[in-house]
Amino acid sequence: MSERQLEELREFREFRESEETPKTPGTLQTQKINDDLLSSLRPPTLRWYVLALCLGAVVAWGLAAFTWQMTHGMYVTGKNRPVMWGFYITGFVFWVGLSHSGTMVSSILRLSQANWRRPILRAAEAMTVFCITVAGMFPLIHLGRNWTFFYMIPYPNQRGLWPNFRSALLWDMTAITAYIIGSSLFLYLGLLPDLAVARDRSKGWQHKVYAVLAMGWRGTAHEWSVYRKASTLMAALIIPVAVSVHSIVAWDFAVTVVPGWHSTIFPPYFVIGAILSGVAAVITLMIVIRKAFHLEEYLTPLHFDNMGKLLLVISLLWSYAYFVEVQTTWYAHEPIEWEVFSFMSQRYTPQLLIMLAGNTLLPIFCMCFKRLRRSIGTMLVVSLMVNVAMFIERFLIIVPSLSHKNMPFAWGSYSSSWVEISVNLAALAGFALLFTVFAKFFPIVAVTDVRELEARRAEVSMGRAKVPSIAGEED
Amino acid sequence: MEKLTSPYKWGMVIDLDRCTGCGACVVACQAENNVGICDKKEISEGRGMHWLRIERYWVGEYPDVRVRFLPVMCQHCQDAPCEPVCPVYASYHNPDGLNGQVYNRCVGTRYCGNNCPYAVRVFNFYQHEWPKPLDSQLSPDITVRSRGVMEKCTFCIQRIRRAKEEAKEEGRQVRDGEVQPACAQTCPSEAMVFGNLADPRSRVSILSRSPRRFQLLEHLGTHPSVFYLKGGGREHV
Repeated sequence: MSERQLEELREFREFRESEETPKTPGTLQTQKINDDLLSSLRPPTLRWYVLALCLGAVVAWGLAAFTWQMTHGMYVTGKNRPVMWGFYITGFVFWVGLSHSGTMVSSILRLSQANWRRPILRAAEAMTVFCITVAGMFPLIHLGRNWTFFYMIPYPNQRGLWPNFRSALLWDMTAITAYIIGSSLFLYLGLLPDLAVARDRSKGWQHKVYAVLAMGWRGTAHEWSVYRKASTLMAALIIPVAVSVHSIVAWDFAVTVVPGWHSTIFPPYFVIGAILSGVAAVITLMIVIRKAFHLEEYLTPLHFDNMGKLLLVISLLWSYAYFVEVQTTWYAHEPIEWEVFSFMSQRYTPQLLIMLAGNTLLPIFCMCFKRLRRSIGTMLVVSLMVNVAMFIERFLIIVPSLSHKNMPFAWGSYSSSWVEISVNLAALAGFALLFTVFAKFFPIVAVTDVRELEARRAEVSMGRAKVPSIAGEED
Repeated sequence: MEKLTSPYKWGMVIDLDRCTGCGACVVACQAENNVGICDKKEISEGRGMHWLRIERYWVGEYPDVRVRFLPVMCQHCQDAPCEPVCPVYASYHNPDGLNGQVYNRCVGTRYCGNNCPYAVRVFNFYQHEWPKPLDSQLSPDITVRSRGVMEKCTFCIQRIRRAKEEAKEEGRQVRDGEVQPACAQTCPSEAMVFGNLADPRSRVSILSRSPRRFQLLEHLGTHPSVFYLKGGGREHV
């Protein structure tokens, strides 16, 4: 370390120490915010261990089921000819959809400078990373020969074999890899200043880990200015990636000749569906985090009100897209398309009704009223229902079309097996486990973002310009 | 289609007037191609391995009922929906106009099976075993497919290969009727005719120009290599 760096470090420490006495103006004191928001980083309680153990058990069960499938063969699933895709691909599309939460809530709201996003953006970003990771597992789980999955990776080999870039599955793989990398960077970038806060407030091995992860963040003006540019840029860049990911997932279906799949509205319809389930999942997550970490002061009914409005808009959009899709089929009455639709609505009537209730009726009705939007109980029910309905929606897209394809002699039906259900449950538990672990070791509420907001509330007038006091704090 | 460099374009004509639905072709195919043997349970689950199936349709109302048969195997489409969707090129188009399937390249996404409008692709859900003495009957010319890969009718590509090699030795082209897949060879009513569609004088070419000809799901634009001749005259529908 050079002399200058040491000097800076000393200054920084002095600054930190002087900061111990609360002096930042605002509705909440800095110290209290730090304490509140970093409370999740305290050593795990017994309850946390029990939760992690239960989730881990479900994941282990799912792994056992997957091993069973690998060692026995695909017959342990409910798939057959003609329904060659089932619950796994349903799970895949569903989790890719959920992964749009982070992008939607975090980047769009960041770019539109909606301040109410601040307490939830970290949870949403983390959710994106974990959902897309879980989603990425499904296409591999569903392979007939899982151990040859690397054939799909373009790697140089002696035989000059190359994957087929005309295949939508390869687009999928490319898009999902890009999204995993992009969303991880997005999460990490947002986490950086908070890791520094955690580093400064932790001891022992944790301190060392945070110190490495914080990459020497000191919070100088220059660092903040670079950080701001980088995060705005990432927020802007991640949106096209997110849109492309779900468009490509939609193309898995839309580019085929399967009746009911081959439809031009699929990409936008899937993106809207993804955002719908993503927003609903963020609401669920907000409620859970609020309860688990006692963040009632930071996640207020106002935030739920705003999320409710967002949900209303997306739900209306989804309903419109669904109506357009069905209306075209119904009006054209093309025999095989109509056959698929009538088979779906007859064989899966209860599911269809739950889907319409959960995605359209319930959210549109409930989210119209301020009182309901601000009621945590209602929001929990609505957001859970939306995601149940979205899972059903994916299922109703995939399975009925395959059951009644063009050749009536080869029609079939599908019922999921215990293996597929176990793997899907394990995916849910795995996601929850990743999140539980993440929330224990990383600040789950964006400390700096919330503090920035608090600080900004006391803007300093300099001439005619209003200058956020945070600018003065760092120099 | 234009990219074809081979002098062959294999195709088949199936005369539905001649088909009696006896099922000999199904058995012959199974014996020739090391197709897995499935038990009742596997078939009823929809996991049968038949590369060739005889679709049976009832026409009319009792007592005036007629039954119609439609043998369906891989149609070897010239614009095959199964080919572009395979992420690893396990499903590919060969210069003779056949849809090839590379078993040891297949990872088992089953995307091709979904996208095949004829539903003729079969997936090895099980690791098939041949009870004695059938295991001694396995053809050495063809891979025994493991579980987890997709397979389908190849027009008995091993026979085509052999005929082409013999012809090449003798410095000539494969003669019309020299090579036949097992199904066509076995058909007692000679409903199936196999040959080179690129040769306008071959039997299959002449029959494929019949006014009775049609193709399955023609409207999808898959350009199948299998032509059917309508059952005409004797039936009232």
